[in-house]
Amino acid sequence: MAQIDSEKYAVATQLQLTWWRFRRHRLAMVSMVLLFACYLLAAFADFLATTDPHATDARTSYIAPQGIHLFDDDGSLRPHVYGIKGVRDMKTFKLIYTIDPSRKVYIEFFGQGYEYDLFGLIPTRVHLMTLKDAERGDGIYLLGTDLLGRDLWSRLMVATRVSLTIGLVGVTISLFLGVLLGGISAVYGGIVDTVIQRTIEVIRSMPTIPLWLGLAAALPNDWSVLQIYFAITIIISLLAWTDLARVVRGKFLALKEEDFVMAAELAGASQGRIIFRHMLPSFASHIIAAVSLALPAMIISETSLSFLGLGLRPPAISWGILLQDAQNIQTLALAPWLLISAIPVVVVILAFNFLGDGLRDAADPYG
Amino acid sequence: MIAFITRRLLLGVMTVWLISILSFVIIQLPPGDFVDAYIAQLSSSGSQVSAAEAENLRKLYGLGEPFYVQYGKWLARIVTGDFGESMEWRRPVTEVIGDRLWLTLLLSLSALLVTWGLALPIGIFSAVRQYSFADYAFTLVGFIGIAVPNFLLALVIMYFSFVWFGASVGGLFSAEMALAPWGWDKVWDLMKHLPLPAVILALGGTAQLIRIMRANLLDELRRPYVVTARAKGLSEFRTIVKYPVRAALNPFASNIAYLFPYLVSGSIIVSIVLGLPTVGPLLVKALVAQDMFLAGTIVLLLGVMTVVGTFISDLVLMWVDPRIRHQMD
Repeated sequence: MAQIDSEKYAVATQLQLTWWRFRRHRLAMVSMVLLFACYLLAAFADFLATTDPHATDARTSYIAPQGIHLFDDDGSLRPHVYGIKGVRDMKTFKLIYTIDPSRKVYIEFFGQGYEYDLFGLIPTRVHLMTLKDAERGDGIYLLGTDLLGRDLWSRLMVATRVSLTIGLVGVTISLFLGVLLGGISAVYGGIVDTVIQRTIEVIRSMPTIPLWLGLAAALPNDWSVLQIYFAITIIISLLAWTDLARVVRGKFLALKEEDFVMAAELAGASQGRIIFRHMLPSFASHIIAAVSLALPAMIISETSLSFLGLGLRPPAISWGILLQDAQNIQTLALAPWLLISAIPVVVVILAFNFLGDGLRDAADPYG
Repeated sequence: MIAFITRRLLLGVMTVWLISILSFVIIQLPPGDFVDAYIAQLSSSGSQVSAAEAENLRKLYGLGEPFYVQYGKWLARIVTGDFGESMEWRRPVTEVIGDRLWLTLLLSLSALLVTWGLALPIGIFSAVRQYSFADYAFTLVGFIGIAVPNFLLALVIMYFSFVWFGASVGGLFSAEMALAPWGWDKVWDLMKHLPLPAVILALGGTAQLIRIMRANLLDELRRPYVVTARAKGLSEFRTIVKYPVRAALNPFASNIAYLFPYLVSGSIIVSIVLGLPTVGPLLVKALVAQDMFLAGTIVLLLGVMTVVGTFISDLVLMWVDPRIRHQMD
């Protein structure tokens, strides 16, 4: 706190104090930047994708990941990848497609690829990287392809968008329920409080995965991808609001006894003003911390459900759906790169945990 | 003390009741009534159902009557032990589930024991040797334990054991024992296969418990009575284990109530990855095939099992913590 002079410290708002304290938590800062980058990546998912994530081609089944070669033979900077070629397996007489190092395919930046809507609004064909003069089956394949020949890198980009936003939407719903019910519980007390608290205890003592599975399996088969997406989010949030409600109630009850609330009451402030003007700012940071700890749980829930084939369903793409392909050991032995989708899951969840920890420590700026 | 038990018992009954409603909702949710689905299933497998039989079934389950009547009839049959018939297997649901429920219970309990067995000593060690190398190492492992969903961990371990040892680690029995009747050999075989899935399942909860234990104990260690005990010349071991650890155990024990549902839940998905013969794979298959009696029954039984487990852990908590025992007197 040395660089902040004491006068500035004395008049700083709650938010500024929290931010100063948060800045000292290195790991949390790094995590915040990382998560920001991930959401940025998610926003430009289609732009970063190199091939249509839904396009299947039997020729490109299980192509191993290949890097981008930056320099041409003559030493000039011309990024390229290798094309693919069919080789006859002399044992099975099957035509197998593999990387062909003798044929170079050059990369074009900001070239034209498959059509998509940027931010869901602007139709465009521009992608960061596309191939120039590609033959059928050629692709950049940074992370290899799956059984159906779909490019894993492009799929991972789109999956990141889906999985990261499902967390946000789910947390928003849980937050709404949590603040509403937690607040009601604390403000009214008595029988209302008892009922809400017992409900929370009951929900918390139920095994969640079987219930999610049961409810998710009951969603009609003819629903669109978007409908399923929201239904799954709602199912997950319905069982996940309890933690947030407990945090809100606890903070509410603690703050009720504070002198400044009493002062506001004596000054004749209305109940609404006391809650929103005086109490809410002083526990907003606690809520933010609780939210950032609830987000990874949401993401894990969606991933688990989709992994079991009962969450989002193809053609939707999410982390869980990508991992579903990596479910059995035979596939993994043949195409170990399918397990790469696990890395962003772990990194993002870890980052959210560090961020949440940092925020929780910072939430009490006077502590 | 009686009040505490009664309160917990009531809560358990409430939970079971809610779970039973949810299970029934799950059975009811697929479009059309389930007798239609049942008949369609039977006729697709070749056997015919007469109109009279269908009418009988409808009457039996009270279809066409209000929801609560149907629920009541279903519940009345459940209480007598009649869970209905699995459409896919054409056998009573109880028969299909068989040993699987007990294996699920065994797996969850083993994971619980592993969680305690690891979290308690590591938590104490981390608090007593705060900021030591081992403390940092455990914190790191703990964070990974929290961040890696257990099914991912199972996948990764499966992959590497396949790459390094060329062997599959799945299952709870070796191939020749899976169908053998129960005997000491089979129990021993189970004991050999149980540790790995139990540890995989336990890691997430262990990581959380270590952090809770560490934080609680750190709070206790700073209290004046610890200084007094030390000044009095108590050995370091006694100073720590006799009082602060016992005090720190309290929130630790109360967390167990939520740990058990978490483990039962997790066992479903871990079992699927590792191919364990618990109710997990059966539940997912039943849900995908819309075999609703089987699915609903599994959800109900898992719920009841969780509630009973939680109740027992509450009794343990009461036994450990005198404050709860005397609070109500």
